[in-house]
Amino acid sequence: MIAARKLGRDYGTKRVIRDLDLDVPRGGFLLLTGPNGSGKTTLLRLIAGLLVPTAGELDVATTRDRVGFLGHEPLVYRELTALENLDLYGRLYRIPERRERIGMLLERFGLWDARNQRVDSFSRGMTQRLALCRTMLHGPELLVLDEPFNALDEDGAALLDRELAELRPQATFVVATHDPARLAPLASDRLAFA
Amino acid sequence: MTAYVSDVITLARKDLRLELRARSTVPAMLLFVVSALVVFHFALPAGSSDLAAKGLLWVAIVFTALLGLTRAFVAEREQHLLDGLLLAPCDRSAIWLAKSIATLAFLLVAELVALPAFAIFFSGIDGATIAGVVLADVGICAVGTVLAAMAVAGRARELLLPLLFLPLAIPIVVGGVGAGVADNPGRYLGFLALYDVVFAIISWASFEYVVAE
Repeated sequence: MIAARKLGRDYGTKRVIRDLDLDVPRGGFLLLTGPNGSGKTTLLRLIAGLLVPTAGELDVATTRDRVGFLGHEPLVYRELTALENLDLYGRLYRIPERRERIGMLLERFGLWDARNQRVDSFSRGMTQRLALCRTMLHGPELLVLDEPFNALDEDGAALLDRELAELRPQATFVVATHDPARLAPLASDRLAFA
Repeated sequence: MTAYVSDVITLARKDLRLELRARSTVPAMLLFVVSALVVFHFALPAGSSDLAAKGLLWVAIVFTALLGLTRAFVAEREQHLLDGLLLAPCDRSAIWLAKSIATLAFLLVAELVALPAFAIFFSGIDGATIAGVVLADVGICAVGTVLAAMAVAGRARELLLPLLFLPLAIPIVVGGVGAGVADNPGRYLGFLALYDVVFAIISWASFEYVVAE
């Protein structure tokens, strides 16, 4: 699913990733660990197609519409409601039966009652739940998640545990986390950045 | 093609809805353009020619447009939302086209107030001037939106956009003023239409490379 050879990425004169070789098979679950600034987010953005490598090769065997990306930012408009945000992405991803899918995800992530509230009235945890809804809206086959448990309370984290376990057989995962023990039962590979 | 149009409509409607909620761009453009015309009204000596007044109208329009363009990608910049749009499977030029349409709508609203205000403060507006303004708006929004996207990625974005945009706006001002004051405005309107077509194609084709990191 993902193959990298001598992959490198520079920001100006700063080399963040150097000579990285990587293989993630279809259905694999790669766990990325390492301190802040070690290159985890850069690798995730490269895999999602948001960055272009400055050295080496990166082959991701899927199309843009089958990638679900959760970054540090929720990528939802604060001035729009939860429903409007998901409807926007649902239209852009051309999801069949969009409204049913959005309703199901909002229910599942405990946001149905807040569906008509603007995101700027949401707590951080609710915004993260909405970001997870956005990430999973189009049923991606490759999930690229950067600290997915950020800002979630215990209920939210338990909910995400269940979601990831349910999706595990259907998708390929690349997940960066500072809590590898939580995801270790799901992981098939681990890459530690220094 | 249908999917492309549908994406453009979805994205443009989102931008219009954001403005209706936030009301941050159009009121600022209206206030600016009216204030500028009031200042010009008192700055221009009594008995000055219509030609001088038409020139000032274009100064007001170009800087009002610049104000709108500066805010074109504010939501995407502050909330890093461009990533979300770039991840979507739509053609990236649809983002440019939708943003251009939204900015054009804001500029037209500002001009709906600015042109009557100009007629009150200075002199009447003829059909050629209005046609020149509309054609100029299309060019301003086509070029300005791609430059605004370019400036968003930079650090000194508030400085970068005027530096990039104003040189490219010179032909628009030449065509616009010419259409308003010449005996035969057709040549100038044709020039503005040609500018719109050429720069819209360049902007449409280059947007993908502008937003790629």
